[in-house]
Amino acid sequence: MPDPRKLGIGALIVALLIVLPMMISSSFALSVMNQIGIAIIFALAFNMLLGQGGMLSFGHAVYFGLAGFVTAHVINGMHVDAFPYIPVTLIPLVGGIAGLFFGIVVGFVSTRRAGTAFAMISLGFAELVTGLTLIIVFFFGGEEGVQTDRWVREEWFGITYGPDIQVYYLIAAWCVIAAILMYALTRTPFGRMSNAVRDNPERTQFIGYNTHRLRWLAFALSSFFAGLAGALHAINVEHVGFETVGLGQSAVILIMVYIGGTGHFAGPILGAILITLLNAYLSDVSPAWYLYLGLIFVLIVMFAPGGLAGLIMMHEPIRRTAPYLLWQMAPAYGAALGTSLVGLAGAIGLIEMIYFRSTTVSLDSALVLYGIELDTGDIWPWLICAALGAAGGYGCKMTYPRVAEAYSAAMHEARALVTT
Amino acid sequence: MEVFVFSLFNGVLYGMLLFLLASGLTLIFSMMGVLNFAHASFFMLGAYFAYQISQPLGFWSALIAAPILVGLLGAAVERYMLRPVHRFGHVAELLFTFGLAFVIEELVQMVWGKVPVPYDVPESMNITAFAWQGLDYSAYRLFMLVISVGIFVALFFGLTRTRIGLIIRASLTHPHMAAALGHDVPKIFMWTFGVGCALAGIAGVIGGNVLGTEPGMAIQLGPIVFVVIVVGGLGSLSGALIASLFIGILNNMAISYDFSLYPIFKELGVERNVEGVLADLVNLTTGSIAPLLPYLLLVLMLIFRPRGLFGMRDV
Repeated sequence: MPDPRKLGIGALIVALLIVLPMMISSSFALSVMNQIGIAIIFALAFNMLLGQGGMLSFGHAVYFGLAGFVTAHVINGMHVDAFPYIPVTLIPLVGGIAGLFFGIVVGFVSTRRAGTAFAMISLGFAELVTGLTLIIVFFFGGEEGVQTDRWVREEWFGITYGPDIQVYYLIAAWCVIAAILMYALTRTPFGRMSNAVRDNPERTQFIGYNTHRLRWLAFALSSFFAGLAGALHAINVEHVGFETVGLGQSAVILIMVYIGGTGHFAGPILGAILITLLNAYLSDVSPAWYLYLGLIFVLIVMFAPGGLAGLIMMHEPIRRTAPYLLWQMAPAYGAALGTSLVGLAGAIGLIEMIYFRSTTVSLDSALVLYGIELDTGDIWPWLICAALGAAGGYGCKMTYPRVAEAYSAAMHEARALVTT
Repeated sequence: MEVFVFSLFNGVLYGMLLFLLASGLTLIFSMMGVLNFAHASFFMLGAYFAYQISQPLGFWSALIAAPILVGLLGAAVERYMLRPVHRFGHVAELLFTFGLAFVIEELVQMVWGKVPVPYDVPESMNITAFAWQGLDYSAYRLFMLVISVGIFVALFFGLTRTRIGLIIRASLTHPHMAAALGHDVPKIFMWTFGVGCALAGIAGVIGGNVLGTEPGMAIQLGPIVFVVIVVGGLGSLSGALIASLFIGILNNMAISYDFSLYPIFKELGVERNVEGVLADLVNLTTGSIAPLLPYLLLVLMLIFRPRGLFGMRDV
């Protein structure tokens, strides 16, 4: 019997997913939520490889994108009766099976080795497939990609997938199902063996398991869920282009999952929500959005390899034993946050001004930043931003060690409480 | 015949450029067991630095200064960024260099813009070195060839015949023993990383004005360099050389001969205006699949000979 607390949280999430679109009315927000749902499935699938299986792939979008193309062709085929009719509600399974198929074929070669070799092979396959998109025109549609129309005919309860709201519920339902399935997989003997292959392949072999076959299976299952996400993507935007199999797509999912945290099941979900939201709302505001994304990623790799979920879960033992200790840490955390914000304000100001100077063609040198109009031709904005950045950086250098001290003091106290 | 000779020349040239990148990457790989995903980004920085320096000071200053700058930058990256990540394992290091490549591309766009910069071949060498059967061979291409072959010879000589080379090789294979003999192995690693990046920087300086200096140049060349070192055998310099030359020549031959399947289809009675699946096959030429050949080679190599041409162990 599953943990009743987890069941409660699950029921709450499902209820939230049902009412959320009723509370918001903007179609942009709805499309962002659709993207988040797809990103969550894809991110969880990716983490089956990276987090649970220890395989770093630079080309997992291949299975996402190929499944998207297959889905688009199947739906188009259904329109002209070239394919037997399948309800669009179940079409994501077709994408999943397509992903599974490609995963089985490619995985046989690529999962013979883990680590660096696997990463390079995944990159090679990604480049190969990206190149093929422009050559095999009948399948990939060349540079235009493949268009499709998700409105095939009326399905159960009069669902047509014409309105976006129906697509939202389709994505939300599949997202919940896929998340439950993938979570369940981590609790099976296969899930445990997948972790074992990640941590100590030699020992896994020694107790009689075939490491290649275990990695292959993990890869194929991960490709299945990536394909499911790809099919939903094809249904959602009704177009699949060559960029969906490309390196950029693979890079974004990798960054998403790693920032969220690979060590915890909820990490990729967190990353998918956060990065998709930021991407949707920041990419129009700032031309430097991808630079910030890259910098966040590098900082996470350098200082918090557990990702955001890892940072949160670090505090779990303290919260469980003595929640009041968290309040004792608050001043140190607040000081660090304050200095970080000051430093960020300066750094972002500088980056935005440099971008503005190098990319804007107009002779106008005024840039609106933080609601203030700045004249980038003037020296003062540069000096102020540089001063803010330097002050923030120096402040961080002073406050961050305090954070570490506060954390270890709290951990120490919590440990003392447990042992006595 | 002249097509063959010229594409051979261009192939060797492209191959030597690849080798300049692959040699540094191979050295860094044997040193730390980690692939530097950002290696091609240092190649790109070499080209952009050379463009910036050559504006006021001319090409020759850029040829000297840009690689040194790139090398120092590489050494700093190893010392202050990569080394702290080392304790998190190889995957974290690979991820770090991946993130770095991402950031460098964005920084380049930030400073120099998204469109290519006009980094041109120097005037003094924009002339014909020799012409043969109506085809011109530019002096600059000859110069590139001389430089890259020169560096290759110097690298081999330096690594195999000098004391410094001996210490570097010892640190690569037996880091603990080398450290026990009093050599500062972390410092050797740092400078090897720097020199590897500087080699990529030189490739950028001499190749940037021919291949085009734009923010996408790193991601275009980077994966091919990976293919080179896998096909050549990880950690093998001579393997990297052979693989570089092979891929360079293969690429140029595929483009200049531009074979097509059309004549065969014509015999079978299939015309160019055919529809559907066949259309892609009929119109397929070796020129159009040339960019894919390295990756095809990689996949075949991994299936049939996972250790590469000269590798000691499987990939």
